[in-house]
Amino acid sequence: MEPVDHLFRRESGRMIATVTRIFGLNHLSLAEDVVQDAFCRALDVWKHQGMPPNPEAWLMATAKNRALDALRRERTARKFAPELASEWSLVATLEASFAPPAIKDDQLRMMFSCCDPRLKEEAQVALVLHLLCGFSVDEVGGAFLVSHAAMEKRLTRAKKELAAGSLLFDLSADDFSDRLLAVQRALYLLFNEGYHGASPESSTRAELCQEAIRLTSILLESERGGTTATCALGALMCFHASRLEARIDAAGELIPLFEQDRTRWDRGLIDQGKYLLHLSARGHEISEYHYEAMIASLHAEAPDLASTDWQTIVQIYGHLLTARPTPVVALNRAIAIAQLEGPVRGLEEITRIQGGDRLEAYPFYWAAIGELESKLGGAERAFSAFQKALSSSRSPTERRFFTRKMTELAVSVPL
Amino acid sequence: MSEFMYIYRGAQRPTSPEQMQQIMQKWMAWFQDLAAQGKLVDRGQPLEAGGGGKVVQAGTKMVTDGPFAEAKDLIGGYSLVQANDLDEAAELAKGCPVLEVGGSVEVRAVMKISM
Repeated sequence: MEPVDHLFRRESGRMIATVTRIFGLNHLSLAEDVVQDAFCRALDVWKHQGMPPNPEAWLMATAKNRALDALRRERTARKFAPELASEWSLVATLEASFAPPAIKDDQLRMMFSCCDPRLKEEAQVALVLHLLCGFSVDEVGGAFLVSHAAMEKRLTRAKKELAAGSLLFDLSADDFSDRLLAVQRALYLLFNEGYHGASPESSTRAELCQEAIRLTSILLESERGGTTATCALGALMCFHASRLEARIDAAGELIPLFEQDRTRWDRGLIDQGKYLLHLSARGHEISEYHYEAMIASLHAEAPDLASTDWQTIVQIYGHLLTARPTPVVALNRAIAIAQLEGPVRGLEEITRIQGGDRLEAYPFYWAAIGELESKLGGAERAFSAFQKALSSSRSPTERRFFTRKMTELAVSVPL
Repeated sequence: MSEFMYIYRGAQRPTSPEQMQQIMQKWMAWFQDLAAQGKLVDRGQPLEAGGGGKVVQAGTKMVTDGPFAEAKDLIGGYSLVQANDLDEAAELAKGCPVLEVGGSVEVRAVMKISM
């Protein structure tokens, strides 16, 4: 079989970005229809004639023809740019607009448009996944464990906001740097949703991570987007992604970091992470992503749990906590302290977490307490902590993981 | 061996690129499978779905827009296969991916030209 490896999904983002640039953001849904048409055509033709040698070019050329049809059909009813409205200049304009130099930044500009500050972060991430990664409403909903109806509503509202403007984000604009922060954040959240998220299917998780890495590479290659913080963001994604395979066992069950077979970590991704981390150190700026990448690199470098540099990891968590004072960061710091100074100190730090009550809905908060209690021999306290983890768990995989922990503990608790 | 035409009807449009990709891979695999069994004569052609059809009426020769078929009856394309008999041709058609997206395959024997 021809290796097409998510070709349609990848090309969908490119095509929607380009057609939207040409039609204007206010005609986003028409652009989506055009791309959908082009795909259906490709499907019909390719199934009978086989894949062409250059499917990407074929798809883009088809999108161009569909765009031409749509413009001719809609130009009296809608308002397009003047050079598209006139038959005189239409074909030449379209040819130029689809030429490689014109297409170059489209995905990047679309990414920046999606991360509009008028939209909530969750809506930004959903839009990125939908428009740039070609996920259907159902697929985006599935990734975030949100119902079709709720996701449809979220995306429709977000698209309406987008359609208020007409041009894709201008990469030379004054607010580029501010918007870049939002884009980095959205890609970070997208990756995290894949890595830690609630989505039950491990395959979906890996795909979200891959998409986040793909979009981050586009950002890295761009003129103004490849800042040291972007390098750090890319580095941390590579380090984490290197463990994606090793954290699921043959039966599809979750394996925590501490128990993973480190020979299964992807060395290629770790090397890529190291290279990006090296690039991220060029300037004076230290972002949150720098700290996270450094911590992830220390895990990646350690041949086993015992030789992990917990001293440095605890220190960096301290910096990260200053930069991003959230309970989750504090929890991770406490877990590292437990590794360095023992479970008693770990539990002490956990009780000191500012705003720790916000963690009560987070299953891994209870799981951390459960692990530490069980190390101290408090099997019953550990059991009840895992029980709480179980009741706040978000996916079958998590539920099975916590149930297994409870079963192990039940065996050790005398009745 | 006799020749049979598969006429594909009424496939629903997939809603996401990922779905399309899966459907396409299934079609490729299905045709490859038919070819490997020596059953495939011609993968055939797709037919334009929207806006392209006309119907010429008998008598008046009036030309109207068409076909009037509902989406489920609309012909999406055809292929040619060879099989021992109609039953075998129908059996082979059960693997067709169009069946997974709400479509159907009409299996018709190509008439043997003999005096």
